[in-house]
Amino acid sequence: MTDLVGSETETTAPPSAPEPGDEAMWTARVRGAAMRTFPPGKLLPDRQPSYVASWIYVFGVLTVAALFMIIASGVLLVWKGPSWWHVSKVGLFINSIHLWSVELFFFFMVIHLWGKFFMAAWRGRRRATWVTGVICFVMSVGAAFTGYISQQNFDAQWIATQAKDGLNSVGIGAFFNVLNFGQMLLWHVLLLPAVVIAFVAFHVLLVRRRGVVHPLAERRRSAMHGISTGPDPTVARDGTLEDVR
Amino acid sequence: MDASIVNLGHPGHYLHWGFIQLSLANGIVILSMVVVFVAALFLPFRSGKRSGR
Repeated sequence: MTDLVGSETETTAPPSAPEPGDEAMWTARVRGAAMRTFPPGKLLPDRQPSYVASWIYVFGVLTVAALFMIIASGVLLVWKGPSWWHVSKVGLFINSIHLWSVELFFFFMVIHLWGKFFMAAWRGRRRATWVTGVICFVMSVGAAFTGYISQQNFDAQWIATQAKDGLNSVGIGAFFNVLNFGQMLLWHVLLLPAVVIAFVAFHVLLVRRRGVVHPLAERRRSAMHGISTGPDPTVARDGTLEDVR
Repeated sequence: MDASIVNLGHPGHYLHWGFIQLSLANGIVILSMVVVFVAALFLPFRSGKRSGR
């Protein structure tokens, strides 16, 4: 019976806790920091604040969904090659999926940007979230641009020859040569997607860490009712989400 | 190859306001984004459970 009680006591320790004496190991410290920063309940929460029940809050995840379609169709295009995406019916379809996913990606991302701009989404220690979003946007423009000049058709040649003058005029044509097809293709299928995916993941982690920004009207309502909520009513000092209603 | 739904065998249509030049296609996309943005602000969002957290 005593053993049973002892085993229950052991199971109360979090599974991520290090063995006694291992606390100073870098693996234990990194694991501990990760668990403190992103506890599972915060990383994948079941509920969101009530103000998130608005259509304007869905465009971020729509952008991520479009990015998923871009990656999936892009992997198929890489797998089969240009002779497939230019000639076969299935290849043309997947090529079109890739293009229209990009169109929707920018469509949703810009509406997401408008929504977050007009609610000043950098409030409440969310500057890093805003900045990583900006980096995602700029890198995505580059990824789309190199995609248009990797199509292997006359359209791609036209865009490349027009773009080279602009890029040369700002002095980056020497190392970013749009007439170098191999370079542009590798930027499009490797470098820029890696940067975009990494920053999108970081952006989403920061949203999980800091919480979804509240509407500006929320602060006015709090002020009208004499509720002192500090600089940001939705993020407590320990980083947890709070709802003012 | 199958014919396109839209005839692409002619120069694009452009809108001009002074020094501003905008293709009709881009204008339609931008207008659509504005419409969707405004709709997202005002259309009611139906959710199964409304919760404070």
